[in-house]
Amino acid sequence: MGDAAQLLAEREKRFNDAVALNKPDRVPIITMWDFFPARFKGLSVKSVMYDHQLMSDTWAECFDHFQPDMGENPYAMRGFAKVLETLDTVQLKWAGHGLDDYSSYQFVENELMKADEYDHFLFDPSDFMIRRYWPRANKALAALEGLPPINQIIPYYWGLYSGVFLLSPEMEASRAAMIETAKASAELLKWAGAFGKRMAEMGLPAPSGGYAQVPFDTLGDVFRGTKGIMMDMFRRPDKVMAACEKLLPIMIDSAVASAKRTGVMRVFIPLHKGLDGFMSDQQFHKFYWPHMKELLNALIREGITPWVLVEGACNTRLEAFRDVPPGKVLYHFEATDIFRAKEMMKDRCCIRGNVPATLLSVGAPEDVKAYCKKLIDVCGEGGGYIMDASTTLSDAKVENVQAMYDFTKEYGVYK
Amino acid sequence: MEDLVKAVAEMMEDEALDLTRKLLEQGESPAKILDAYKEALVIIGKRFEEGVYFVPELIMAGEMMKTASELMKPYMAKGSSAAVQAGKKGKFLLGTVAGDIHDIGKDMVGMLLDINGFEVKDLGVDVPVQKFLDEYSAFQPDIVGMSGLLTLAYDSMKRVVDGLKTMGVRDKVKVIIGGGQVDEHACKFVGADAWATDAVSGVKYSLQWMGC
Repeated sequence: MGDAAQLLAEREKRFNDAVALNKPDRVPIITMWDFFPARFKGLSVKSVMYDHQLMSDTWAECFDHFQPDMGENPYAMRGFAKVLETLDTVQLKWAGHGLDDYSSYQFVENELMKADEYDHFLFDPSDFMIRRYWPRANKALAALEGLPPINQIIPYYWGLYSGVFLLSPEMEASRAAMIETAKASAELLKWAGAFGKRMAEMGLPAPSGGYAQVPFDTLGDVFRGTKGIMMDMFRRPDKVMAACEKLLPIMIDSAVASAKRTGVMRVFIPLHKGLDGFMSDQQFHKFYWPHMKELLNALIREGITPWVLVEGACNTRLEAFRDVPPGKVLYHFEATDIFRAKEMMKDRCCIRGNVPATLLSVGAPEDVKAYCKKLIDVCGEGGGYIMDASTTLSDAKVENVQAMYDFTKEYGVYK
Repeated sequence: MEDLVKAVAEMMEDEALDLTRKLLEQGESPAKILDAYKEALVIIGKRFEEGVYFVPELIMAGEMMKTASELMKPYMAKGSSAAVQAGKKGKFLLGTVAGDIHDIGKDMVGMLLDINGFEVKDLGVDVPVQKFLDEYSAFQPDIVGMSGLLTLAYDSMKRVVDGLKTMGVRDKVKVIIGGGQVDEHACKFVGADAWATDAVSGVKYSLQWMGC
């Protein structure tokens, strides 16, 4: 185990050096795997989603082969088929449930909060979540729609009717589903914990210990839908702002609690709706950036490194993104001009990315190497850079991923 | 009418719809009102290209158009739709390809093509390869537009293009792919004629191809 502990420390240092804008021994290489490990072993997505042991062995074998500088715990976001099935969720389609056996899951956007329900959410978000959002997002919890408001139970006799409702026939199925979901969750977490240990024994640090979103993204992704929230910016801007402010402490508290629970002081923050083209500069500085900045600063104050996955392109947002304490935030770019980002960020933030997903899925190893060379030459200059694909490896060819790893480990050594 | 154009172009939704109602009640012809909306759409499209407007404005414009069309319906003369069809610039077959269920980009393209005078047949999302090919034969479009946000979409897109080749019609039709992640690698792989990451540029290609 001495070797693993040493490897773990080396990799943590390599990553931390890059984030702190120092020069590590070489450019770290980390990727987001999605279901690539299954494809690497010729397995279907469905088979690993439903078989926790198979997932553990498959992911471990893949990591052992590529030796990335960090692993990835697939359970919470990939091994959840049983949980989704028990909840009968409408928010995802996955292999065997609306998609073929080899497809990664896809998010289904729904308008789960109607335009006229902002006030309910703002008055009591928990009440809205339990009695409106949960039953709509998960068909198995549909009966909760009929639950009387819990905030009205103050002396015990005010709660008598609510207590009786829990025993009602319509609640029976939902109650059973909640228990089954809890059991499936416990099983999932058991495997996640075991895999965390397995990664540590392989000398692989975990990339993140928590998840957070910019409030506007949460509001748009899961409550109002993209179309809904975009129209809300014109039709009810004050409500959007109030809802974002309500969501911000929830985001901060849950991410900090999760990082502390797992002991991995890194939080993953994917950006969805503040991208170039998705809103004007003015809208960005009103609805998006203030809460994003506060989220980043709150995490930094807790000693957490925010790992921001900048999806799409954010060329017009770079100036704002720079406005954070130096050496504390990691920005992972998808289609943003990463070379320009390097120029703008080199004294401020570590950057990560962005071998294009298209190049990895339809290009040749030589093209991949050429792109990696440019990334190391330009973005790797002086440190503060981590090699990665532009997004997950979902459809990447094995030989292209191999080329990316081999080339980076050889050419990315700092002299 | 000028006020209506301005209200739509400036995203003043309530004003735009109030004006539309008022004009209709005063007996203004729906065709003229529609022209005002088109004029506003041209301004909006231009502002989009200039980087003044973004996706939210396109979505709002689409919503305003939709509501206005509903308002105008009772005032539309019967038979006028045939005349409208005759004046179309071209036929466009649209859909999000098999395996992908994203529709926001596709819907914007459909709305803009429609307002720009195309006859659009929208097949929806997760459209099987064979369905694209069958609909090609039935609809005989000038352009096939395939949308997809995920990289897995490229396989489906390629299979549609290969199918068009097998049918011997690839040189008779233009193919454009659209989506947040498409680029020249994807375009080459699929065998499309063009790629677009935003709705307005996709419509521009289409207009160019139709000689507009």
